[in-house]
Formats: sequence, structure tokens, C-alpha cells
Amino acid sequence: MTERGLTDVRADSLADPRVLRAVELIWREARTLDEKDYPAWETLFTDDGIYVIPIDPATEDFAASLNLIYDDARMRRMRVERMMQGYSPSAVAAARTIRTISRFTVDEVSDTAVTLTSAQVLVAYKRGATEILGAELTHTITLSDDGDRIALKVVRLLNSEDAVNASGYLL
Amino acid sequence: MTTAPRFAGTYADLAETDRVAGRLYTDPAIFDEEMAKIFYSTWVWVAHESEIPEPGSFKTTYVGQQPVIVNRDRKGGFNTLLNRCRHRGATVCDQSKGKANGFTCPYHNWSYALDGKLRGIPYPEGYEGVVEKGDFPLQKLRTESYAGMIWATFNLDAEPLEDFLGDAVPWIDRFFKQTNGYPVKVTGVHKFRFKGNWKIQLENTTDGYHFPMVHKSWMVSVDTETAEMMSFMNDPEAVTHDLGNGHSIAIMAPENSDLDIDDGAPLQPRFNHLVEELEASGEYTPEQIRRIIRSIHGAGFNLNTFPNVSFSLSFFRVLIPISVDETEIWHMALGMDGGPESVNRERLRIHEHFQGPFGFGSPDDAEGWDRVQLGAAGAPAMPILVNRGLNRETPSAEGWPTSHVTDETGMRGAYAMWKKMMSHD
Repeated sequence: MTERGLTDVRADSLADPRVLRAVELIWREARTLDEKDYPAWETLFTDDGIYVIPIDPATEDFAASLNLIYDDARMRRMRVERMMQGYSPSAVAAARTIRTISRFTVDEVSDTAVTLTSAQVLVAYKRGATEILGAELTHTITLSDDGDRIALKVVRLLNSEDAVNASGYLL
Repeated sequence: MTTAPRFAGTYADLAETDRVAGRLYTDPAIFDEEMAKIFYSTWVWVAHESEIPEPGSFKTTYVGQQPVIVNRDRKGGFNTLLNRCRHRGATVCDQSKGKANGFTCPYHNWSYALDGKLRGIPYPEGYEGVVEKGDFPLQKLRTESYAGMIWATFNLDAEPLEDFLGDAVPWIDRFFKQTNGYPVKVTGVHKFRFKGNWKIQLENTTDGYHFPMVHKSWMVSVDTETAEMMSFMNDPEAVTHDLGNGHSIAIMAPENSDLDIDDGAPLQPRFNHLVEELEASGEYTPEQIRRIIRSIHGAGFNLNTFPNVSFSLSFFRVLIPISVDETEIWHMALGMDGGPESVNRERLRIHEHFQGPFGFGSPDDAEGWDRVQLGAAGAPAMPILVNRGLNRETPSAEGWPTSHVTDETGMRGAYAMWKKMMSHD
């Protein structure tokens, strides 16, 4: 048995450079969404990337369930178009948002992919009303020399089974 | 209900045939009377039978502002019980849905059977000669169903449900043809709230006029065939009927208004992958496959039943009044219980595309409704217009006032019912 030194890194440590790359991308994505730069956000996903906001807190079978969002690349393309084109009154009048993502834990890590679970607190402001939405996020980030990308983003809202207000922004 | 109107004037002054006063959206006193004279006096939709499939299955919801439990008892009957302990008033059920043998209050553990009977009181010696259990069941609402749809009412003297539904009944039958003989199943629910009065939603389901403007971002995102299906602005066959009792029907896709009648039009190419899959399964005849695919978008119309549920194309749209200026909406996706799973999934994807807080349609509706509530605060006596199409409204062969689907015939029918009920002391 070898003794662990102070600078050694545990297998699931946030100090793992591969994990740090994933965290950095997740934070960059958060800022992109707060800034509503949806065309830039779209490029963060892999071609077969999935973006899902499930209703059922327990489900992993998103295709068999009704979700709030279940986007492949095609739906994501249309969603970004809708958010940007100016036809959607709710997107035009969208709430301003600011979100914090923290409490990262490492689910899986390899040289090609990292899966992280984190906590997101989003504060939205629109017409004098401030709203808070809490969610647990799971991201699978693929690591590549061509650029790291989001292969899966799951947003599990605390209140997914109850009323979630339609506010014209993305989680 | 003998309370006199708490504002100057009468409801007849506030709701004329072609206009209603803006204060109908904003006056808390009117809202309170609506709860008493409408939501606690007539049939309010509470559940679809597939939500409570087995003995003991329950869901919780609201009739007006009052919490209720809807369940199926051991004999298969439906009960709607006020969710309020007879002792000190706590709710006896805190889950949105589930299965239970009965309900036990968390406070002092009074326990009730599925039919509401008071079954047990802990430490009963303090109640000897004071409380007879038979006198303190959970309050039971009258509950009746039609075609699997369950309504309840606090009003023990209300007319039979089917009489109240009246001419909406044959349209309910037509609506459910979209499951092609399979039992109807609620496959998921989107819930959201908007900051506006419940009648703004009641109107919207029979408002064909807003569709190409508010939902332009959805229209440009769907395939050509689907966009054409919902391009009813200049289609003379697309009409609205006032069915009486506040109910109305807005027929947006006349070719799908009776799915038993096949117009022979080509199936939408977007569903080719499903056709191939159903053919490959060998389980369905070509006629069945064609029928199933033709039904994916639903029934071609919005059937609006007063006061709180709409049979809307392929889903149920339910409104729950929260307060004078807040309303909760449930969009309930439907599928074929035992039908092809791939088609049920396609229906979920279609539902997600338009409905719910992140759909391509609902958020834009909600934005419009919020803005109505904000604007209607100005000049509360200034009328809201519901007069579109009065110049071309005529009786149908059945005698229903009828006009184009973009006209406000259905709203006028709903407000006539509103006025009748609100003027009733």
C-alpha cells in the first residue's frame, strides 16, 4: 500500500484536470444562457447531444416520458431559432436571469468524457417579480482536442411535477 | 347563495352580448362570487379515469379554491372528497397522486375510508357521547362521469352531468375517436401558472384569431403539412359553434373533425418512420395504420366545456383559478393504452413541442394573458370586446349560433352562461 501524498489527486477529485475542463465548460454555458446568447450555446453541444428537463424526478427513460424539454440537435436548432427570431412574445419579453452552479460531484471520469452532478440556483426577474428555481444538473461532457462539448444535460427541477412558470428563458 | 352583488350595478350591465367590463378580470369581489355561484354550484371537471386506474388510486386537485381528493373505491366507483379533516381541518392527503387504503390526518390521526367514512379516532374515550363517527365523514361531492371524464359538484341539486354537458356530448365522443378504439390514457401533465384571471384562459381555447400571430414561432418551426393543418384563417369550413350552457366548439382542422371519415389525403411525411415501423411489426392492417397516423394530431377541434376543461386537439386543457389575478393551467397529454408505443411517444414529442412552460406555444399564450391582466387594470369599466364575427354569425342546422373559427362566438356563449349563473341568487 502506498501512502498518499498531499499533492496526489483522488480518482473522483475536482482537482483532476479533466474534471476542471468540464466544470469550466459548464460555467461558460451558464453565462451564455444568462446572456441569452443562444447561437453560442447551441455550439456547445455535440451533434447527438441531448438537452432534457424531465418532469418525473426518477425517470432515466426520457423518450418514454413527458418532459418539459427533450431536445435533440434538430429541436435545439428550432428552439434557438425561436428564441432569436423575434416572433415569440415570451422570448422577446423574457425574464433576466442570473444563475449559480456549484456543489459539483464527479460521477464518472475518463480521458474522453466526464459526468458531473451539480446544484443550480437560478434567480429570474421580470416585471417587478423575482423568482427562484432550484435544480440539480447532470452534465456529460466529451473531452476532445477539437473542443469539449456537452453530450447530455439533464435539469431536474425541484418543482418539476408542479407548476413551472413560462418565462421565456432556458435552464 | 344569497349574497347580493358587492358592487354598483348588475352582472347584466357588466357582461353584455358583445362586450364585458374589464373589471371582470380584476375585481376580487366578483372573483369571490364566481367561486360561489359557478365553481361551487355547477359541474367542475376533476379527473380522467386513467389517472385513478385501480381501487385505491387517487389524485388531489381543486374544485374552485377548495382542495379535493378524487379516488376509485373498491367497488370501482369514483369519489370526490373534500381534503379536510372533520376534526381540526387539516388536509388528510398531501400527495398529488398515488394509491391508498384510506386517508389518515397527520395531526391527530383521525382516519377515513376510501369513500370518506370516518373509520378511526385515537383515544376515543374523550368522544364518548360527543362524536358519533357516522356523523363525521369527509365531505363528499356529487361525482359523475361521461366517457371516462369525471366531474364533481358541491351542489347536490345540480342537474345530471349529461344534461349539463348537453350538445357537447357528441363532440366528446368524437374527440375520443383519436385513440382508435384503445382506452384513453393520460400520459403526462404540463403545469404552469399565469398572472391573470381564469376567464382569460377560458376565452383562449375558443380564440382562433390569436393563433397565427401569437404562435408564429411555432408555425415556422413545424413541417409544411402541420402548418397547413393549422392555417385556418381563410378556411370557410373552419367554424365555431356555441353549443349552449357555456360550451363551444372551435373546429380548426375540419378534415379531422370526425376521424371515422377519411378524406383520403396523403399522410404527413414526417410520420413515415412510424408507418414503416407499424408495417414491419405485422400487427396492424394498412387501414389501421392509416387511421392511427391520421389521429396523431388529435381531433381537429377545441371543445371548450364551461367552466374549466377543454378537449383541445390531442390533449386536455384544465384551468384552476388561484385568485382573481392568478390561474394554474394543466395540459394533459393523451395516449392509447395498449396501442403502439412508438405512436404514443410521437404524441409526447408533439405535446412537448407546443405545450408547457418551455413549449413553442404555451409561453407565448401566457405572455399575452399576463399582458391582458396588466392592461385591464386600466379603466376597469372600459369594455373588453367579444364582438368579432357578429356580422356573420348564423344558426347552424342544429340551431347552434355559428361563425368562423376566428370569431368570438364561443366567448359570447361562455359569457352568456357566466351572466346567467352570476345573476342567479
